[in-house]
Amino acid sequence: MYAISRSSLIVLILLGLGFGIYPLVGDSYYIRLLTKIMALGIFAMSLDLLIGFTGLISLGHAAFFGVSAYTVVWFVVKMEILNAFLIFPAALAVAGLCALVIGWLSIRTAGIYFIMITLAFAQMLHAFFKDQHYWGGTDGINFNDKPMLMVGDTVLFDLSNKINLYYLTFSLMVAAFIFLAVLLRSPFGRAIQGVKVNEGRMRAMGYNINHLKLMSFVIAGCLAGAAGFIEATRTSFVNPEYLSWHASGNVMVMVILGGMGSLYGSLLGALALTLLGDNISSLWDHWLLIMGGFVIAVVMFMPDGISGSIESLSRRFRKASPPREETGP
Amino acid sequence: MSEIILKTQNLSRHFGALMAVDDVTLSFERGLVHAVLGPNGAGKTTLINLLSGEIPPSSGSIHFKDQNITGLPANQISQLGIGRSFQKTNIFPIFTCFENCRLAAQSRMKGSFRFFRSARSYKQINALAEKGLEMCGLANRRDTIAQAMSYGEQRQLEIGMMLSTEPELLLLDEPLAGMGAEESLKVIELLKRLAKDHTLILIEHDMDAVFAVADRLAVMVNGRLLETGTVGEVRASKAVQEAYLGSDEEGH
Amino acid sequence: MDISYYLIQTLNGIQYGFLLFLVASGLTLIFGIMGIINLAHGSFFMIGAYLCWWLTSLFDNLFLGILAGIPLAVFLGLFIERFGIVYLYKRDHLYQVLFTFGLILIFGEMRSILWGNEVQGVMIPEMLSGAIPLTDTQSYPVYRLFISLVCTALAAALYLVIQRTRLGMTIRAGASNREMVQALGIDIAKLFAIVFAMGAALAAFAGMVAAPVQSVFPTMGDEILIVSLVVVVIGGVGSIKGAFLGAMLIGLADTFGAVFLPHGAGVVIYTVMAIVLLWRPQGLFGRT
Repeated sequence: MYAISRSSLIVLILLGLGFGIYPLVGDSYYIRLLTKIMALGIFAMSLDLLIGFTGLISLGHAAFFGVSAYTVVWFVVKMEILNAFLIFPAALAVAGLCALVIGWLSIRTAGIYFIMITLAFAQMLHAFFKDQHYWGGTDGINFNDKPMLMVGDTVLFDLSNKINLYYLTFSLMVAAFIFLAVLLRSPFGRAIQGVKVNEGRMRAMGYNINHLKLMSFVIAGCLAGAAGFIEATRTSFVNPEYLSWHASGNVMVMVILGGMGSLYGSLLGALALTLLGDNISSLWDHWLLIMGGFVIAVVMFMPDGISGSIESLSRRFRKASPPREETGP
Repeated sequence: MSEIILKTQNLSRHFGALMAVDDVTLSFERGLVHAVLGPNGAGKTTLINLLSGEIPPSSGSIHFKDQNITGLPANQISQLGIGRSFQKTNIFPIFTCFENCRLAAQSRMKGSFRFFRSARSYKQINALAEKGLEMCGLANRRDTIAQAMSYGEQRQLEIGMMLSTEPELLLLDEPLAGMGAEESLKVIELLKRLAKDHTLILIEHDMDAVFAVADRLAVMVNGRLLETGTVGEVRASKAVQEAYLGSDEEGH
Repeated sequence: MDISYYLIQTLNGIQYGFLLFLVASGLTLIFGIMGIINLAHGSFFMIGAYLCWWLTSLFDNLFLGILAGIPLAVFLGLFIERFGIVYLYKRDHLYQVLFTFGLILIFGEMRSILWGNEVQGVMIPEMLSGAIPLTDTQSYPVYRLFISLVCTALAAALYLVIQRTRLGMTIRAGASNREMVQALGIDIAKLFAIVFAMGAALAAFAGMVAAPVQSVFPTMGDEILIVSLVVVVIGGVGSIKGAFLGAMLIGLADTFGAVFLPHGAGVVIYTVMAIVLLWRPQGLFGRT
C-alpha cells in the first residue's frame, strides 16, 4: 500500500530543493539536461503507476510519449499554432486516446501476452510515423518556434527561454508527483494496488478488473504525454525514435533502477540513468555495452532498485540506533 | 418460509473429458444453512466456482432470486449479493487486516472511479470493514499485516473480507480447512451467528461441524448429485453411507 | 499486374513466412517450455547474418560459411543459457524483459566492435544465382526458392523431431504443462539448455540464409524480433503449429500490405494481430 515513508520524504525534499535551486547556480548545459531528466522522471513515474502499482508490465509505454510529441509538431509546424494552453491539453488528450484504444485491446490478455502486445502496438505507431512522408519519415521533423503560454496575443511564458521551460517542467513534475500520491491514496488507487497483489480476489469481491486496469493505463498514458510534450518542446525535434521500443525499454530500466512502487524511485532512476549515459557516452563510442552490463547487474543484484536500498538502509539504521524514548503524544 | 434463493438447473461443467460437475439440479432455501458433502474430487469446489461465476458452466443454468445469472462474471455476481470465501487462503498478504476488509467493503461504493479523496475518509466503508473484522473475530488484529498472522487467522480474515461486502448469500469453501480445534470452534460459532440473517452454502469435510450447523445437505459423488435432504434424511440414506460416509473412515 | 506478379508476391510472402517461422518457433518454445520472455532472440538472427557475412568472406563460400556458423550459434545459445538465462527461471517476467533488453545492448555493441555498423551484402553463390523466367518480363530468383526449400525441409525435420522422438515428446509435454515435466523427473536443466540452444540456432540459421537476399544491417535483429513476437501472439504461446500458421499469415500480410498499401505497409501486420486478438485473445492455438 502506497505511503510516503520518512526516508522517502527526506529524499523528496532533497530532490525538490536540488531541482528547484539548480538553475540559480548551474550552467546552461546541465539546465537543459536536467529539464530532460525531469521530463523522463514524469515519464518513469507514469510507467511506475502501471508496473509498480497496477501490476501491468507495459513494454510499449513510449508510444504515448511519442504521439504527444508528434501532436506538438502538428500544432507548431502544420497548424502554426504556438499557444501551449491549446497544445498541452491536446497532446495529453491524444496520448490518452491512444492509451484508451491500445489498453482496451491489450488488457484482455495477461502475462507474457500483455508485454508482447503493448510492445507490438507501440511498434505499430512507430511504423506509422516512419512510413508517412507527412510526418517526416525516419528523419523526423525539426521546428524553430517553440510553444508558449499565451492568452490572446499576450505571451505569459515563452518556452524558448530554457529557464522558463525548466521551471515549467519542474512544476509539472511536482504536480505529477502530487497527483499520483493523492491518486494512490484514493479508493481508485487502493483498488489498483489490490489488483496488483491479488487480481482474482478483487474480481471475486465485485470489482471490474478490466475497468480499473484500463483507467490506470489511460492515466499513465496521459502523464507520459505530458513528458512527451516537454521533450518535444525542449529539443524542437521529433522522430520515430520517440516511440521506439528502446525508449520503452529505457524508461522501464529507469523504473526498476529507481525501485518500482515508490514514485520517487522513478525520479531517482531517471536521474541516475540519464547522468550515467551522459557521462559514459562521451567517453567511449561503445558505451551501450556498459549500459547493457549495467542493466543486467541491476536485475541480478539490485532488483528493488535505489529506493529499495534506501528503505532497507533506513530500516537497518533505525534498528541499529539505540531505542529512543517516545516523545510527544 | 421456503422461498428459493438460488437454484441450478441441469448444471454441468467439464474440463476436457472430465465431468467435474454433471447435471446438477439443486435448490437452496433462503435463510437455511446448506452443506455440500462429498469425497475429494466430487466436484464440490467446481460447483462453488460455478455458483460464484469464477468459471462459466458448460451447460445448464443458475438462477438467483428469479434472475438468470448463468455465465455472469464473478464481479457481477458478487455485486448481486453473493459472497464467497476460498478454500485456499486468498487474501492480500502485504496489506493490513483492516485494509483487506476495507478493500472488500469499498467494492460496494457506487461509482467505481474516485480519484481524489483519501480512501480512508469514507466513513461508511470504514464502518463496514470494521464490522467485518469484528464479526470474524480479528478486531484486535486490525493493523497487523495479513501475512504475519497464523494460518487460522488468515482463514478468519478470508471470511471477514467476504462479510465486508455485505452479501445475503454466502458461499464458503471449506471454512475450517487447516484450523486448530479452538479456531474451528470460533468459526463454527460465527457460522451459527451468520445463519440467523444469511443464507449459507458451505463445503466442509469436518462432519461434526456440518451436522452442528447445517439444515440441509447435498451429497455429491463424481460430479453427480447423490442425495439431498435434511441431516436426518441424508444420514439415513443407504446410498450415501455406501458411497461416502462409510468410506470416510479411510480418510480423504 | 498479372497473375505471375501475384504469384511472385505469394512466393515472396511464403519465403518470408518461413524465415519468420524459424525465428518464432524458437521464441514460442522458449516461452512455452521455459517460461522465459527472451527479447534477445532477434539478436541471434542478426548475429547469424553477420556470422554468415564474415565466414562467407573468410571461406569465400556461402555453404561453408553457414556450415561453420551453425555450431558457433549453438555454442552461443548454450553459453547464454548457462551463464545468463539460467538466473531468470524463477524471476518475474519484468526482470526477464530487462535482462534480455540488456543482452540486446551487449550483443549490439559486440557486433559493432567486431564487425562495424555498415550495411553488408553477401553474394549469392553462382549455382543459385539464376532466375526462373515466369513471363517475358518477370522471373523468380532461384535463391529465394532455395530458401523456401531449405526452410520447408527444416520445418519438416522440426515437426518430426517434435512429433516422433522422445525429446520431442518431452518438449510437447513441457509446452503444455511445465510442472508436469518437472514432476516426471526429467532433467530440466538439460532440456532447457537444448531448447534454448536449438531456438538460438534456428534464429541464427534464418539470419544466415536471409543474409544474401535482405543484406546484413545492425537493426535487423530488432525488426525480426518484433514481427516474430506478433507471430507468437497470433499463433499462441507454446504452439509450434500456431507459430507456423502465424508466420505464414504475417509473411503474406506483410508482403501484400507493401503491394496494396505502400504507405501503410508497416501497420498491416499489427492490424492483423489486433483482429486476431479481438477474436481469440489467447492466439489461434493458445491455451485459455
